Amino acid sequence: MEGLEHSVYVADLFNKLFGKPILALLGLLGIEPKNPHSPVPDYLVMVIIVALLLIILLGLASRKLSLIPSSRQSFLETILQTFEGILTDIIGETGKKYLPMIGTIGLFIFCSNMIGLVPGFMSPTSKLNVTAGCALAVFVYYHWQGIKAQGPLRYLKHFTGPIPALAPLLLPIEIISHFSRPVSLSLRLFGNIFAEELLIVIIASIVPFVLPLPFMAVAIFTAVIQSFVFVLLACIYIAGAVIQEEEH
Amino acid sequence: MKKTHAFGLLLFFVLLAGSPLLAQEAGAVADKAPLYKLSLIVGGAVITLAAAAGAFCQAKAISSACEGISRNPGSAPTIRFIMIFGLVLIETLVIYALLIAIVILMIQWGNYK
Repeated sequence: MEGLEHSVYVADLFNKLFGKPILALLGLLGIEPKNPHSPVPDYLVMVIIVALLLIILLGLASRKLSLIPSSRQSFLETILQTFEGILTDIIGETGKKYLPMIGTIGLFIFCSNMIGLVPGFMSPTSKLNVTAGCALAVFVYYHWQGIKAQGPLRYLKHFTGPIPALAPLLLPIEIISHFSRPVSLSLRLFGNIFAEELLIVIIASIVPFVLPLPFMAVAIFTAVIQSFVFVLLACIYIAGAVIQEEEH
Repeated sequence: MKKTHAFGLLLFFVLLAGSPLLAQEAGAVADKAPLYKLSLIVGGAVITLAAAAGAFCQAKAISSACEGISRNPGSAPTIRFIMIFGLVLIETLVIYALLIAIVILMIQWGNYK
């Protein structure tokens, strides 16, 4: 697998600029990086680039808002309303308060998927570490929101199922199903993006000119669908944790 | 019955595609070579079977979604939403198989130097 990867030039540049201070900082913490020449792996550099891109672009774009939207503002509002629509469809009217988390994760994953198509960059989501981070964030977040919405005892009572006699049977099943959620979330995203990048690399190594283009078009489709599905599943998990049951 | 035939035929061809590997001469690492050949065959067979089964299930889902939409065009957005959701869940299992196949083929079990 190592032979297929070439170093990302931006990551080399980043390591040349910030490698020494980061190495010193890690040395203070007692961590010895595996590769001292590039202490920051390229996917982390790409994560930082995507995050900075989103912060700067959206931060600049959301200035000077007016009541009569310009084209830039209506574009932003379309993005916002898409996320809001998903949330209100699944959770209901109370779902709007989860917009910051869901919107951030959705935009981050979408931009991470798409930046792999720019020459000279790679998708950070084609590494399991990044997708597992996103999935774990969703995992912690929906449990936290469930506890906040229902109280710790009532939330834990959900795991035992409706009938008390069946609780010892249902508790392990529920716990396993909850822990399989971040695994499936992270593996789905990672597998799709990784396989798609691998496909493009293999096709480009056979015929480097026109033939990769249709696969890259498919890659755009995959990026949109996968980020949508990640957001959708996160919403469904939050809905399952937050929505109160009527009969109690 | 026809579908079982199709799957049997598919399995036959998968095994047939692997048979030249079995007929190859043993290399320098003769004792580990059978494991290596087997891993290549298994790695190919895993993703082939998973893709076939996944494609079959997705075709079924899409055809019933099309039937539903043609019967009741008003409910097209809901059906499309559910269809895409279901397709992605089916796709996930194929992707798991793909990851396992990539791991098997990239690690090259038995190809110790």
